[in-house]
Amino acid sequence: MDLKEKLVSSFLAFENGVDVDNPVHDIRTEAIKNFEAKGFPTKKEEAWKYTSLNTLQKIDYSIFPKKENMLEYRDVKKYFLHEIDTFKIVFVDGVYSSFLSETTHDGVDVCLMSSALNKPMYKQIIDVYFNKIASKDDSLTTLNTAFSKEGAYIYIPKNKIPKKPIEIVHFSTGNEAALLLQPRNLIIAEENAELQIIERHQSLTANEVLTNSVTEIYAAKNSNVDYYKVQNDLTTASLIDNTYIDQKDGSVVKVHTFSFGGKLTRNNLNFYQNGERIDSTMKGVTIIEEKQHIDHHTLVHHIQPNCESHQDYKGIYGENSTGVFNGKIIVDKIAQKTNAFQQNNNILVSDKATINTKPQLEIFADDVKCSHGCTIGQLDEEALFYLQSRGIPKKEARALLMYAFANNVLESVRIPELKVRINKLIANKLGVRLGFDL
Amino acid sequence: MLKINNLHARVEDKEILRGINLTVNAGEVHAIMGPNGSGKSTLAAVIAGKEEFEITEGEVFLEGENLEDTSPEDRAHKGIFLSFQYPVEIPGVSVTNFMKTAINESRKAKGLEDMPAKDMLKLIREKSEMLEIDRKFLSRSLNEGFSGGEKKRNEIFQMAMLEPKLAILDETDSGLDIDALRIVANGVNKLKSKDNAVIVITHYQRLLEYIVPDFVHVLHNGKIVKSGTKDLALELEEKGYDWLKQETVV
Repeated sequence: MDLKEKLVSSFLAFENGVDVDNPVHDIRTEAIKNFEAKGFPTKKEEAWKYTSLNTLQKIDYSIFPKKENMLEYRDVKKYFLHEIDTFKIVFVDGVYSSFLSETTHDGVDVCLMSSALNKPMYKQIIDVYFNKIASKDDSLTTLNTAFSKEGAYIYIPKNKIPKKPIEIVHFSTGNEAALLLQPRNLIIAEENAELQIIERHQSLTANEVLTNSVTEIYAAKNSNVDYYKVQNDLTTASLIDNTYIDQKDGSVVKVHTFSFGGKLTRNNLNFYQNGERIDSTMKGVTIIEEKQHIDHHTLVHHIQPNCESHQDYKGIYGENSTGVFNGKIIVDKIAQKTNAFQQNNNILVSDKATINTKPQLEIFADDVKCSHGCTIGQLDEEALFYLQSRGIPKKEARALLMYAFANNVLESVRIPELKVRINKLIANKLGVRLGFDL
Repeated sequence: MLKINNLHARVEDKEILRGINLTVNAGEVHAIMGPNGSGKSTLAAVIAGKEEFEITEGEVFLEGENLEDTSPEDRAHKGIFLSFQYPVEIPGVSVTNFMKTAINESRKAKGLEDMPAKDMLKLIREKSEMLEIDRKFLSRSLNEGFSGGEKKRNEIFQMAMLEPKLAILDETDSGLDIDALRIVANGVNKLKSKDNAVIVITHYQRLLEYIVPDFVHVLHNGKIVKSGTKDLALELEEKGYDWLKQETVV
């Protein structure tokens, strides 16, 4: 039985574990039908031309997580931003770990999707927001929707700012030979609300894991959302991240994606600007090697006038690694005075590494500023000579230049401790010895 | 210190240096002047080991050792320093971190341990004060957003930190106002000793009022066409280069 059949037939068993009378279940039922009709994307589709899911589909995944595997905090501490205090929503093999989590209902809701989907007090919000911005026909999104049950639920009311950043962390422990996880997150920032989120998926053993995650983010008028995705997983862990962001007037949403490891990682990052004076920012640093594969697919849909979008993705590809950047910008006819910038710069460290980069601009308005640029290159010889002439050997000089190349994406990171962490990760990956600062 | 014999160098098919002979002894300051395109910067880059240039004939010796096939970093470890005309911007790497890396790499090449942080800080403080460099400046990204003057001052700061045997200053005076020029020149003068040597490459006599050369050489079409004392620089300032070009033709 192939993975698609297995998933579709598992839906009946899944129904035993959820409230089928809940209106949410109608959404799931619709979604599984859509998935059954479409199946997994293939390389024949333009959006999947350079990323094949064939190998992953051959793995016999366990679909329903069983009991929680206990983890000691001290064993997984390093995967948290433990330098500072944070709210934590933690899952172990897809099951919520109350032991490792720190949720809150004090003025803001930082809790579980399962609660939000089932408890009457959240019904009104679920009715308004659940599965509204997420795609109804993208097959992987519908697959997630069909099995949506657990994940993070974050609701920040008008004018509120949570006391501390929120970490969403998924561990997989290797309890199963191969595990499929489908977390579903819903994040709502009401008018003038602000929040910072760090999301991480971490496999703890060499057993295969595939995560097909869907996150819906609603940023109301003048809200401010910072979302940091830390993708530094083992080479047996794959991730398909589908993130949908709905922005209203004057909101600012920044998504940083730090991709330093994983077998196959696909980021589908979709921004919809449903208002004016919106700022959408996407930044990415990718440093991978071995046979790892990363695919960044971004979409910014400029629906209303006077908005901005900024994209800056840097990639360093070593050994046999492969990368894809596809940045789609749509500017509707009424979306005049749009400023849309897109930049994708790559360095191929090895002759065997590959990057496919493609800007895709569909502009229907006539008074807009759109710029895009992509480069695939080697390091600047003059800069290399400069460093060498100071006594820094060629190998170290190259590493230092790559570090500098990747590092300047970090300027916009607003959690200093996270910035230091990522900074060190980049330095370690590139073999740069970090000094001290005055 | 430095001995150059009949040096020919080219980049791709273009011959730039056509038989340079130059001897620089410890304790000396040499100025190399000449019109644009005469090969001054190429000579500096070739001494520092830039691989883009192909040496077709001749040799460069440092303290009697032939530098053929010696990498730029090894030349730096042996005591050659080049102050760049256009220093390269390195975002994300602070001046301090850069100097720390450079100094410790040199020490590693000599089989020494890393310099203790305390000593490094002391050295940085001492040298930055000498060049009137603000502490805040040192935590900025190397050369990023620096003004022309700041870049050049930073080059001399690096020279002060690395204490080279042979320093080559490639148009260090360009883009400097008179105050910055004075600070940079004072720095160079303080670093001068009987054990090291300086080659100053410049278009103008101005810098040589502050860094007084023992010898002045005029480079034209890849050759040294005239050598003399500091008076030659004054003569060039007055008459320009044309009379020399004509003299060469004759």
